[in-house]
Amino acid sequence: MIENRPFTSFLSHLILILGVIAIALPIWITFVAATHNELRMNQTPLPLWPGTYLWENLQKTLFGKGLSGSETAPVWMMLLNSLAMAMMISVGKIAISLLSAFAIVYFKFPFRMTCFWMIFITLMLPVEVRILPTFEVVANLGLLNSYWGLSIPLIASATATFMFRQVFLTVPDELLESARIDGAGPMRFFWDILLPLSRTNIAALFVILFIFGWNQYLWPLLITTDTSMTTIVMSIKQMLEAAEQSPQWNIIMTTALLAMVPPIFVVISMQKLFVQGLTETDK
Amino acid sequence: MAEIQLTDLTKSYGPTEVLHHVEGDIKDGEFIVIVGPSGCGKSTLLRMVAGLESVTSGEIRIGDRRVNELEPSARDIAMVFQNYALYPHMSVRENMAYGLKIRKLPKGEINRRVEEAADILEIHQYLDRKPRQLSGGQRQRVAMGRAIVRDPQVFLFDEPLSNLDAKLRVQMRLEIRKLQQRLGVTSIYVTHDQVEAMTLGDRLMVLNGGYVEQFGTPIELYDRPASVFVAGFIGSPAMNLLPAEAHSDGIVLPTGVKLAGAQTQSGSVLLGVRPEHLVPDQDGPIAIDVDMVEQLGANSLLHGTLSGTDHAMVASIPGHVATANGTQQRFSAAPEVLHLFSPETQKRLDA
Repeated sequence: MIENRPFTSFLSHLILILGVIAIALPIWITFVAATHNELRMNQTPLPLWPGTYLWENLQKTLFGKGLSGSETAPVWMMLLNSLAMAMMISVGKIAISLLSAFAIVYFKFPFRMTCFWMIFITLMLPVEVRILPTFEVVANLGLLNSYWGLSIPLIASATATFMFRQVFLTVPDELLESARIDGAGPMRFFWDILLPLSRTNIAALFVILFIFGWNQYLWPLLITTDTSMTTIVMSIKQMLEAAEQSPQWNIIMTTALLAMVPPIFVVISMQKLFVQGLTETDK
Repeated sequence: MAEIQLTDLTKSYGPTEVLHHVEGDIKDGEFIVIVGPSGCGKSTLLRMVAGLESVTSGEIRIGDRRVNELEPSARDIAMVFQNYALYPHMSVRENMAYGLKIRKLPKGEINRRVEEAADILEIHQYLDRKPRQLSGGQRQRVAMGRAIVRDPQVFLFDEPLSNLDAKLRVQMRLEIRKLQQRLGVTSIYVTHDQVEAMTLGDRLMVLNGGYVEQFGTPIELYDRPASVFVAGFIGSPAMNLLPAEAHSDGIVLPTGVKLAGAQTQSGSVLLGVRPEHLVPDQDGPIAIDVDMVEQLGANSLLHGTLSGTDHAMVASIPGHVATANGTQQRFSAAPEVLHLFSPETQKRLDA
């Protein structure tokens, strides 16, 4: 800040603190709920300070049969399913879009721009729009209740291709020419030069795509009928519905808490690269 | 080490021809500078030799091989780019070794060559740094190092000094020249800077609009420019050009004054005389109304017009002068420093 006015700075801090409270309070309540037993959670008023049941709840949630009385998979399995899906989506998307952007930027072939625009048009067709035909295709391929069925339809998308195209366009032509004089073939150039130069962008995209994949709800709900394939995000909703008696908030909230951990871990561990990838312009 | 032959070389982009029938023989170990204003096709010509641009027609030979169809890496050349084109994510050492690694040279040999090049260029202490940690001049050296380690038959330079500041440019210019003489590698160097061209080149190829205007040693170009373009381009400040009338016994200036001297030409001509060849002379035939004086220390430039006309003239005289603006100064010029050009073809007349 260039200006130094006590009132302005007080006001801006106030607004920021209110914002933090608004965002953090639900997470705090989730955490608090995960530390009490079932009985306490069904009494009013709701507790605002942590109890002593966190460890027990974690054990029950992770390795137990989920909610008492329902037939869901243990939560560790759901976490694993979600992790597999999110990883396959993000890695698959990055790999495919890197290669397609490479083709579009560095090779001249007939209908190059047509290809680019066809990829681009898929931006307008997210899974939700094409959900029935996509389901039909996946079902016919026999991919229901499989990791492939969970991830492949979500891998096809233009955002990443478009982003890598922009990144490659900023790489100076002289680097390619220099590599040609050095005797590097196209794939060698891709591996040795283009890929390391896009490192930060890949990391940034990985973070975004991992969270995108992790948060998928509708598609997994549609194509998984086997409880062993349930992902964690859909299971939270199912837990609420499955309860015949009043919901077991302690278990549900522990599950929600666990569902937050991997995305947070990914964001924090890749934060530095993520920021570089989105802000760095120097090539 | 190799000769380069350019035979009837043309380059077209679609229907537009940008290089017209370029011919040139470059001897082994020669340093050739291609010079011209921007857009004259000089970089295109260099890139055709490098193999980065295709050849529309004609032939390029390096050594005894026709290289038209060869990939850049198969031509045994090395190129230094204007923006250096160092790989930003590799250390200096890796940058220099990359081409050798692709050629699958043994590790020991690669190391030996990198060390050797680092010795020549004195960049030992930077070998493990990344290009972005280096200054412009240091990056320039690394780019040259990358060319040297390849031990090529030909060096190609594409305006390598234009990103450096003026002082460093002069220093690097000398270094490039020394290096080339020491290694004896045939080199082609592209620049738009005529001083750089004059000081570096064994021979200069002046390009204008895709045509070779003249191909010769710097002194040939200075003493006997083949066209008005070369006359104006080589030498600083540029040659004075005046419309004049040639007769068998002399040349008549627009002012009506006759410069004596036998002439083989007759009719209207363009008369060229370099500013430094105008000698102050009380009774000289050339009168200049001075508008402005530039003191450069070693010499002074008098800017003005030919008295009674509006033809701009510049005279360069040694030392300091106390000439005031608005005075008339008289000069003479020896017959052998006058250049005659045809007003129609713009070519030299007494060739």
